[in-house]
Amino acid sequence: MKFQEKLLYSHIAFEELFDVNNPIHDKRLEALKVFEKKGFPSRKDEAWKYTSLNSLINKDYSLFPKKETPIELKKVKKFFLYEIDTYKIIFIDGVYSPFLSDTTHDGLDVCLMSAALSKFKYRKIIERYFANVADNKDSLTALNTSYTREGAYIYVPKNVVAEKPIEIIHFSTGKEQAIWLQPRNLIVLDTNSQVQIIERHQSLKPHEIVTNSVTEIYTNKDALLDYYKIQNDLTSSSLIDNTFISQEQNSTASVHTFSLGGKLVRNNLNFFHTGQRINSTLKGITILDGDQHVDHYTLVKHSQPNCESFQEYKGIFSEKSKGVFNGKIFVESIAQKTNAFQQSNNLLLDDLATVNTKPQLEIFADDVKCSHGCTIGQLDNDALFYLRSRGVPKKEAKALLTYAFANNILDGVQLPIIKKRIKSLISKKLGVNLGFDL
Amino acid sequence: MLKIKNLSAKVDGKTILKGINLEVKPGEVHAIMGPNGSGKSTLASVIAGHEDYEVVKGSMSYQGEDLSEMDPESRSHKGIFLSFQYPVEIPGVSVTNFVKTAINATRKAQGFDDMPANEMLKKIREKAALFDIDSRFLSRSLNEGFSGGEKKRNEIFQMAMIEPKLAVLDETDSGLDIDALKVVANGVNKFRNKDNAIIVITHYQRLLEYIVPDFVHVIFEGKTVKSGSKELAMDLESKGYDWIKEKN
Repeated sequence: MKFQEKLLYSHIAFEELFDVNNPIHDKRLEALKVFEKKGFPSRKDEAWKYTSLNSLINKDYSLFPKKETPIELKKVKKFFLYEIDTYKIIFIDGVYSPFLSDTTHDGLDVCLMSAALSKFKYRKIIERYFANVADNKDSLTALNTSYTREGAYIYVPKNVVAEKPIEIIHFSTGKEQAIWLQPRNLIVLDTNSQVQIIERHQSLKPHEIVTNSVTEIYTNKDALLDYYKIQNDLTSSSLIDNTFISQEQNSTASVHTFSLGGKLVRNNLNFFHTGQRINSTLKGITILDGDQHVDHYTLVKHSQPNCESFQEYKGIFSEKSKGVFNGKIFVESIAQKTNAFQQSNNLLLDDLATVNTKPQLEIFADDVKCSHGCTIGQLDNDALFYLRSRGVPKKEAKALLTYAFANNILDGVQLPIIKKRIKSLISKKLGVNLGFDL
Repeated sequence: MLKIKNLSAKVDGKTILKGINLEVKPGEVHAIMGPNGSGKSTLASVIAGHEDYEVVKGSMSYQGEDLSEMDPESRSHKGIFLSFQYPVEIPGVSVTNFVKTAINATRKAQGFDDMPANEMLKKIREKAALFDIDSRFLSRSLNEGFSGGEKKRNEIFQMAMIEPKLAVLDETDSGLDIDALKVVANGVNKFRNKDNAIIVITHYQRLLEYIVPDFVHVIFEGKTVKSGSKELAMDLESKGYDWIKEKN
């Protein structure tokens, strides 16, 4: 546990970089105490039964980003949604890249967490929202909070519809052989506002990188959030994504997670309801091979009446890859007329691939509609025969069936460019050229 | 074109076919009839190369080539087509895109480039018209939410697009009302020429009034028990399958 100790003593040096009078100073220190007490989660923790961090935490990582390493736009252009105009908040090895970014304060704030934490004009928002919905008792979230320094800060004022999607991209160059990054994002949608956000973590060459990210999102009354997480990183990169969404009445929040690559990915996705008639959507496609491991750990906490949540995850696992889905739906006694749906469907394409899928429903209200379902299966031999008998070779036939299995998740994708991008990533991932755009 | 001699085949350890004899020459239409569970659909799957079925005895050749070790896609590339009794649904892949994929996969296997897009579209329009298929249908996901009749019509549409040398139509008439049956039969008759051959598998004589066979074979308990001209189908219709059962 050497790295854990390093995290504890390095914090002294970290705090010296900042103004101790800033109110978040105390929050950082408190959070460190939580991490000190709890340490990294282990498989003894129920929530981490199927995912072990041992392969990640028994190593040494550099913690403090150095100066920006410039990268040429043409080398990373393909990771952007370059076909359309977007706001961009881009980081390279944890350091903001003004060259690649396109931020704004015109009508809405799309800028940096470091600026929001230090400038007085943001203080009210920070005090109200920072480390509020995040689970401060969770050790990895606390670890992130204790090292909060940089990330994306987005504030969409009342009645504003962001005219362009916002891309948050973290590149890592591999200049540091082993690096541990902890971006912290705060996204606030004020009443009746709308925004679309795309988040990506991308290594540019193989190296040991672990990102322990925390994103707090607040959708106020009538607001609409549409969020896409594109996880298609190299097999040397790991990500622990902790996302907490607090929704007020009548707001809609949807998160699509496309997990197509990485060494170890854990998606902790949490929704909390503070008003009525809220809609929460959690959807995902996971396609893995090799030794990759992806764990979706979702929580929807229904604490108000008349709200809906909809979860649907499709997983496709080849070779020795591992998938985990744990979906927790919590319905408090006051939350009558809740409509909660959850579905996890999985395809195992090889003998050594595994998936653990577990619905976890705790319902304390009596007038609710909650349903869940899990399936684990293989490709249907008769279906495969159908395609092959039409001349489609086995590999392409498998790819078509696999695509058909996951396809409906894309129905809810509002941005056509994302849909197109994901389809092309999927056909690349399946290793086929089907002769047409899926 | 197709020669099947004393063929036995099993699936899941159970022998279903126990002695099938069939010879099909170019330009011929053969009907295969028989009671439920006699092995008709199994024969269709074995001809098309379903890997769950294992040939245990006898031989099967197509254009002089032994079929027993050939994978289904290679059989398709060489001109064998099976119209399925239960076509598979492929959400997210349109009828048009699927047909393109199938045709171009065959062209690739034969060493040709993809069919030019305009040529493909022209052909799709032409064949769709033949089966009263409108363009909205073509952009729907393959077989997803199709009615039984739409699925069968789509199978025969694909046959017309792929232009196989040997078409095996497995219970193409089931689920079709009389109007749809006429449309499908009309399409099959237009497809019919001196160079290709058709095997029609059916339970009823009804379809054979529209697709008139040159030969009729009766399968019972996995064996070809009777072969004859189209009149055999009429006999079956009037006497019922019990007539065959009693004789065997």
